[in-house]
Amino acid sequence: MSENSDGVGGLTFDKSKRHWPNELNVFAALILIVVIFEILGAIYVGQSLLFDTNDRFDSIFNEARLRIIIIQVAIVGIIAIGVTQVIITAGIDLSSGSVVGATAMIAMSFAQVAMVNGADNPKAIFGPAFLDLPWLVPVIVGLAVGMLAGVVNGLLVAYARIPPFIATLGMMLFARGVAQWWSSGNPISFPTEAYAKIGAGMMPVIIFLSLAVIFHLIMNYTVYGKHTYAIGSNEAAARMSGINVPRHLLWVYGIAGMLSGLSAVILTSKNLTAQSGMGLSYELDAIAMAVIGGVSLFGGRGSIIGTVIGALIIGVITSGFTFLKLGAFYQEMALGGIIVGAVALDQWQQSRAARKA
Amino acid sequence: MSDNILQTTDLTKHYGGVHALEGADFTLQRGEHVAIMGDNGAGKSTFVRQITGVEQRTRGTVVFDGEEVNFAGPLDAREAGIETVFQTLALADDLNVPDNLFLGREKTMWDFLGPFRRLDYKAMRDDTLAGLVKTGVKIPNIKNTIRNMSGGQRQCVAIARTATFASKLTIMDEPTAALGVQETEQVENIIRTLKEQGESLILVSHNMRQVFDLVDRIVVFRRGRIVANLNKEDTDGQDVVAYITGAKTGAEYAGAA
Repeated sequence: MSENSDGVGGLTFDKSKRHWPNELNVFAALILIVVIFEILGAIYVGQSLLFDTNDRFDSIFNEARLRIIIIQVAIVGIIAIGVTQVIITAGIDLSSGSVVGATAMIAMSFAQVAMVNGADNPKAIFGPAFLDLPWLVPVIVGLAVGMLAGVVNGLLVAYARIPPFIATLGMMLFARGVAQWWSSGNPISFPTEAYAKIGAGMMPVIIFLSLAVIFHLIMNYTVYGKHTYAIGSNEAAARMSGINVPRHLLWVYGIAGMLSGLSAVILTSKNLTAQSGMGLSYELDAIAMAVIGGVSLFGGRGSIIGTVIGALIIGVITSGFTFLKLGAFYQEMALGGIIVGAVALDQWQQSRAARKA
Repeated sequence: MSDNILQTTDLTKHYGGVHALEGADFTLQRGEHVAIMGDNGAGKSTFVRQITGVEQRTRGTVVFDGEEVNFAGPLDAREAGIETVFQTLALADDLNVPDNLFLGREKTMWDFLGPFRRLDYKAMRDDTLAGLVKTGVKIPNIKNTIRNMSGGQRQCVAIARTATFASKLTIMDEPTAALGVQETEQVENIIRTLKEQGESLILVSHNMRQVFDLVDRIVVFRRGRIVANLNKEDTDGQDVVAYITGAKTGAEYAGAA
């Protein structure tokens, strides 16, 4: 205590006590992984992963690959933003993937066109009154369905005091059931042109990055964010400080569900179809992004920036293995190792920091 | 109104069949520092929890600052001006000092945004620094998270809360139980500072030396009842121990336990 108490009430600033932002570690890991792929690429395939080595194009980076890297993680990344705040409260959401499935089916039903090639839409779920609706209708339906699932999760966790793992596991099974029941397992296709634009091209990336910025601001500069960290850090203290913990958790899970719904809307718009199996294992991918990005499963620690970098790491690894012409199974083995490694590293750093203090 | 900042009458708490607190009549004057002593399970913490709204009493009245109060929760009590330093530290490990001080009552801007209203970090930091200066609490870096602090620093942060918010009554439940010698000394200095500033204080403590050092009056609990109310000048350690163990019971409390 006494070694540093030469200043008056908090007016000193001890540089050795300044903490190194965890995001920088995650970013360093991203760079390291890119470097490894660059070296392996130079040795085995004679190409660069990210840089443009083709003389025909006048650019520094291989833009096509960069685009692929981020597009393939954008849709799950949107879910990961919601999952990040859930994990920061020391919770977990296993239902996101199934909620994507259920929301995809329900939202797509409201996005269908009336006529396909001059004939009545053969896949129409509803009667003519619900065809050719403005694009906003299926979007709102999608957000609402996702949010409803999230709010139910929140009610189970916060008010029924069911552990998040079990509550969201139940929702995972239930929502998948809903997805299959909705159209008896048949895919739903033929969306309106306006709806198809939502997830076209780089739109998923734009939406993902905009949401990342918004939620970064929310988590760092608003009461909502502060209380989210406080609950995950010490729920009893949060309660004693007068935070309405159950109501806050309802918000957190509701927002996570809504982001799953949004991701379903983008996914169906991008694929022009909805299938009951959509979003399979997205919840695990989203959790992986958060965990690789430094979000602690014990709650209280982590950030949206970390999760975005975590998403990029997964994107780079996925693209990297394809680039090295290695099979998908190697990819999954590597990802498994990286997730465990990220948590192990975090544990080690925590225990080291605890010893120092 | 009288000079009493706090007055409880017949304050009682039953947990099912367990009579944790029975008919506690207690008064505290403005600026007075009172110690609550007693064995484990004597009802000290239960008493504190009834006053601070952490639990709802079974029976009795609490008059605080001249008004009868019924706190629905700890935040109500805090808003009324009762600051509590709990036995288990009510701090969030991953937040820094200002965040912890203002947890649950953040200074905000853009309040129309509801739960997403913006935190006024600068105002909170300024108030935190002022509070730390006032109590003489020294923290190397207030932007550090609580996780990286020693037990004494944590306790100081918890106590600095009381100074940051002009409170009318501070309650400390065993503030030094888990601290080393130096850290205990620092906490005791803060308590003296609060005394000089005329802050009313209830100190729950097992430490006889500390109690005789810091407070004006000692109230002893035994088996859920108040058994003695002693001015520091009229008593000594042996006497207090006799009350704590049940060898003696105050005349006015005869038949209580």
